[in-house]
Amino acid sequence: MKRVVVDPITRIEGHLRVEAMLNDRGVIENAMSSGTMWRGIELILEGRDPRDAWAFCERICGVCTTVHALASVRAVENALGIKVPPNAEIIRNIMFLTQYVQDHIIHFYHLHALDWVDIVSALKANPKATADLAQTVSPSWPTSTPGYFTDVQNTIKKFVESGQLGIFQNAYWGHPAYKLPPEANLMAVAHYLEALKWQKEIIKIHTIFGGKNPHPNYLVGGVASPIAMNGDNAINMERLNLVRDLISEAKRVVDGLYIPDLLAVASFYPEWTKIGGGLGNYMTYGDLPQNGIDDLSHFRIPRGIVLNKNLADVLPLDLADAGQVREEVTHSWYTYPEGKDALHPWDGITEPKYSGPKPPYKELDENGKYSWLKSPRWKGNAMEVGPLARMIVGYASGNTEYKDVVNDALGRLKLPATALFSTLGRTAARGLETKLAVQWLQDEYDHLIANLKSGDTSTAETSKWNPSTWSEDAKGFGFSEAPRGSLGHWVKIHGGKIASYQIVVPSTWNASPKDAKGQHGAYEAALMGTPMADPQRPVEILRTIHSFDPCLACASHVIGPDGRTLAEVVVR
Amino acid sequence: MGLEAVMVPRVVEAMEKKPRIPVLWLHGLECTCCSESFIRSAHPVAQDVVLNMISLDYDDTLQAAAGFQVEEIRKRIIKEYPGEYLLAVEGNAPTRDGGVYCTVGGDTFLNILTETAEKAKAIVAWGSCASNGCVQAAKPNPTGAKPIHELLPHHTIINVPGCPPIGEVMTGVLTYILTFGALPELDRVGRPKMFYGQRLHDKCYRRPFFDAGMFVEAWDDEGARKGWCLYKMGCRGPTTYNSCSTVKWNNGVSWPIGSGHGCIGCAEANFWDNGPFYNRLTTIPVPGIESTPDQIGKTLTVVAAAGCAAHLTSHLLRKAGTKQKEAPAAEETKS
Repeated sequence: MKRVVVDPITRIEGHLRVEAMLNDRGVIENAMSSGTMWRGIELILEGRDPRDAWAFCERICGVCTTVHALASVRAVENALGIKVPPNAEIIRNIMFLTQYVQDHIIHFYHLHALDWVDIVSALKANPKATADLAQTVSPSWPTSTPGYFTDVQNTIKKFVESGQLGIFQNAYWGHPAYKLPPEANLMAVAHYLEALKWQKEIIKIHTIFGGKNPHPNYLVGGVASPIAMNGDNAINMERLNLVRDLISEAKRVVDGLYIPDLLAVASFYPEWTKIGGGLGNYMTYGDLPQNGIDDLSHFRIPRGIVLNKNLADVLPLDLADAGQVREEVTHSWYTYPEGKDALHPWDGITEPKYSGPKPPYKELDENGKYSWLKSPRWKGNAMEVGPLARMIVGYASGNTEYKDVVNDALGRLKLPATALFSTLGRTAARGLETKLAVQWLQDEYDHLIANLKSGDTSTAETSKWNPSTWSEDAKGFGFSEAPRGSLGHWVKIHGGKIASYQIVVPSTWNASPKDAKGQHGAYEAALMGTPMADPQRPVEILRTIHSFDPCLACASHVIGPDGRTLAEVVVR
Repeated sequence: MGLEAVMVPRVVEAMEKKPRIPVLWLHGLECTCCSESFIRSAHPVAQDVVLNMISLDYDDTLQAAAGFQVEEIRKRIIKEYPGEYLLAVEGNAPTRDGGVYCTVGGDTFLNILTETAEKAKAIVAWGSCASNGCVQAAKPNPTGAKPIHELLPHHTIINVPGCPPIGEVMTGVLTYILTFGALPELDRVGRPKMFYGQRLHDKCYRRPFFDAGMFVEAWDDEGARKGWCLYKMGCRGPTTYNSCSTVKWNNGVSWPIGSGHGCIGCAEANFWDNGPFYNRLTTIPVPGIESTPDQIGKTLTVVAAAGCAAHLTSHLLRKAGTKQKEAPAAEETKS
């Protein structure tokens, strides 16, 4: 038995530690996911103006920037009974989808690809053969020429020969788990660089409506950017044309680069459709309202629960029901009052109490408290959230858009639907969702134009802007399907100020420690049963953890099934 | 350059062979918005910086390796390049309870920061977390988060505030250092003058509306649609030093005021506690001036006085709030 500690887990947002315990055959038998940072944003929000909350919340994450701002304005609007105008709803949807496209592509190329792509092997590729491969997998992409790939290869060669390998040093190049031929590696590296250049373009949609990115501006009651089709200092035809062109380009990149690369890489790793499935419980809150946030029947992303991989049954979910979403702190560095074991966010308490080892430490104790993340559960069940959960709930709901993209991809890879329940399924689901997102971006843009043509240019509902119009006490919840999964904000307002604020984020669902019943969170469950070729170079752990696109700072730590350390730490 | 043609290839070769400066980019309590902003830079693009200008040897957001292999790199660079590497810090360190609120590789970020800073040639504090404390240091600051100049009082630190700073500002600071082999001129709180020399208000394209007393009074009203001044909606442009109104965001596409929302002052110290954001600046006491900023904008005379007052206010607030050491002048910085 060997204990493997990976801390820091890199290519994520934040600080995560994983500890895992391998059996004699090198297979992970137990795992522990620990969030190693805490900032206390919920406590900082108390006593503040609820109209400011979005800005504080947005700073929870700069990678999935916007998602917390959106959930926050929705929570305050829910509490105050504000309904935003249609233009504001559409513009928020456009910003939401822009975030999906940008975030998912950055994840695939810059945070995840190097788990599958060996950059050093790309030096051995034949540029002509690489061009042939690229033209085969994506005939529409214009730059797939031998000269282009020669240039990229020379860039890497020069970089490697400089002896300063920067962000690529000390990695797992040459690891037996890398399966791509040199030409596929060179193609992927070239597109890593293409995507890095392109991601800063699509995001300009946020700048147009929100003034900047990261962290564009939001507004309780609508959006701050006014529309004046015959004005020269607001959203007008020139601004809309830029949005339209950026959407067209996004579609070209997703169809011509991301999806072909994803399918090409996936085809070399069929064994990863059988590894990393984990919980088998999937949840989505739903999003992209078409008729107001209260009309769940008109969401593009449906709400629902699938338990135990049972695609025949989609269960309903109610965020206001005190018996459904609840958080535990059995293995988290927090305390609850005597007699409380699980709390609904409206009654949530955030009282930190560190009881872990004194740093610097070598290992955490999975029988004690070991993470700054709480353990959220739905009716006591540990759930997975994110693109795979949305794809599965959409598919199981019989939604034709979801069924079409899933069936198309499975058909092309010649895989059964059960292949979805895996590490690769998670990675593929993110790509398929992006394919839907670029189409929806175009649809939302068309809606905006149609609404403007009808003469409606309103962007904000201001009758409840002034706190004197609010009742003394109010409470509400806001939700969103962030790129990484279901996100909820619960707010209580008293006397015009925030009385309490609780946030349950996607990575808390996925990266949560065990609960009182000993049920693992999604990361931990997904690591179980993973064979590792070389525990000193734990690329397999990174593959599965990255397939969730973590949004925190974490560490991976392998522990024995009985909790004893059975071998010296090999990776720390 | 007056070089003979035969010399040119040799000069080029020498430049190409010059080792790229090692950069260790640490992440503490933060949200990674600074890294995201960095990769949004349009000129130069991030690829150019990372592959051709610096050697980004440690950055847990982009790094291929993980776990002990990356900590090994950090220790090796400190040992092999003492006094030669740049330390870039994104985020800040919690100081309460021994720093347990942020650990990396089992050790506290506070220890890692202190250890890495010791032999750094210079330290760049990316964003408001590292420069000013930002959101986690807002009241009641549950983790005791402190900006790095308070933790490393004896080091040369360039503060590049903003939540996040503009991408081209970040690459601009780096490329200045690489090009001139020295730090850019800094102001008294350690900010590069080339990007933080003036208030947004001084350079705002909506300034004529302020001077004429034409204000947005409610969201989406006629004034909003005509792009009038956002001061009455809480805009912090009059007290915020940054480049948003000139460099703008995302390759010049827009900036907060240009898209209809007031500035929230994200590059200023303690801006989170100077809210609510939508209250106009009257809530900030203006020493020695009895007229409120509400009354200004009506006449140019009062505008001039208010301009001074706003300037004075932000000056005093910074002085009172952070007690920062005097930033070293550029010429004091040795390579």
